[in-house]
Amino acid sequence: MLTETNVMDRYFLDCRCALLEVAAIMDRLPSSDAACAADERLRLLRQAIAILADPGAGPDRAERILHLMSDPIG
Amino acid sequence: MYYIQPHYHGISRTTEDYERMAHAGVVAVAEPSFWAGFDRHHPQTFLDYFRQISEFEPTRAAQYGIRHFCWIAVNPKEAENVSLAREVIASMPAFLDRPTVLGIGEIGLNKNSANELKVFREQMELAIRRNQLVLIHTPHLRDKLKGTKLTLDLLRELRADPARVWIDHVEEHTIKAVLDAGYWAGMTLYPTTKMSTSRAVDMLERYGIDRLLVNSSADWGPSSPSTLYDCAMEYRRRGHTEQELIDVFHNNPVRFLRQNPKWDIGLLGLTTV
Repeated sequence: MLTETNVMDRYFLDCRCALLEVAAIMDRLPSSDAACAADERLRLLRQAIAILADPGAGPDRAERILHLMSDPIG
Repeated sequence: MYYIQPHYHGISRTTEDYERMAHAGVVAVAEPSFWAGFDRHHPQTFLDYFRQISEFEPTRAAQYGIRHFCWIAVNPKEAENVSLAREVIASMPAFLDRPTVLGIGEIGLNKNSANELKVFREQMELAIRRNQLVLIHTPHLRDKLKGTKLTLDLLRELRADPARVWIDHVEEHTIKAVLDAGYWAGMTLYPTTKMSTSRAVDMLERYGIDRLLVNSSADWGPSSPSTLYDCAMEYRRRGHTEQELIDVFHNNPVRFLRQNPKWDIGLLGLTTV
C-alpha cells in the first residue's frame, strides 16, 4: 500500500494535469450565457469540485462523486 | 506474466489486437455477446453472430496461440425489441452446448427500461434452468447505481447462485453491494472514460482480490486491450508480488470460469528452482 508521501510523489503531476484540464474546460464556458449557467451538468460539476476541495473528506471522494452523478434509486 | 482477458469483444477489433495480446502474455480471451455497432433487425443475424464468435473467432485467436471462449446472449442495448429478443432466446440453447461457449452473457440493463428488465429476466431464467454461468452488464453512467440495485433485486428474487454470477462494470459506488451479496464483480478499464487503471487498483487494495475480475475495454468505442497490462503494472508499482499479480490477472478469471467444465485452463503458481 502507498504512503502519503508516495502518493504525492507518484501522482502529483497526474493530478495537476487533470485539474488543469477541468479548469480549462470551465474557462471555455461562456460566462454570460444564462442557459449555460442553468445547465444541470455544470451544477453537478461544481458540486463535485466542492467534494474534491473538502479538507475533511474521507477516502471516499470518488464514491461520493459517483453518487452525486447517479439517478435516484427510489 | 500470463494474463486472461475475461471480457473481450473480438468482433470489433483487428487481428493486430490478438498479435499484441500474445506479445503481452495473454493466453485466453472470453468474448461476451454484445452490440454489433448497430441495432439488428432479424433473429438470424444474431444467430450468425453466435456462429461467428463460437466458430470463427477461435480460429483467428489460435493463429497467435490464444484460446478463445465466448458467451451467448441478447445484449441489453438490443433488448428493447422484446419479440426479436424472444426469437433469439428460443434459439440460444443449441449454442450453449457448443464446446467454447461458457454461459449466458452479457445480459442485464443499459437504460433500466421495462423491456430491458423483461429480456434480462427471461435470460436469467434460461440460465438457471440450464445451470449456466452468467455475465451481467450494468449501465455506464448516471443509470449505473439504479441499474445495479434492480439487478441485485432480480437476482435475489430468482434465487440465482451468486457464485455463478459475474456482475460487470462495477465502480466505487456499486462494488460493495455486489461483493456483499456474494457475486463476482468485474472492473472494465477504459483509456479515457469510466474506470481507470489506478482506480481499479485502489479497489483491489480496498476490497481485496477475492471475487474481483479485471478486464480491459475492447469494443467499438475508444478502448484498448492494453489497459489490462497497464493495470497490472500499476499493481506491481504499488509493491504487490508477482504471485499476487498472477492471482488477480490470471487465476481469478480461472476460478470463476472453470465452474464450466469446458474451461480447461488451470491455476498458475510461482515456484523457485
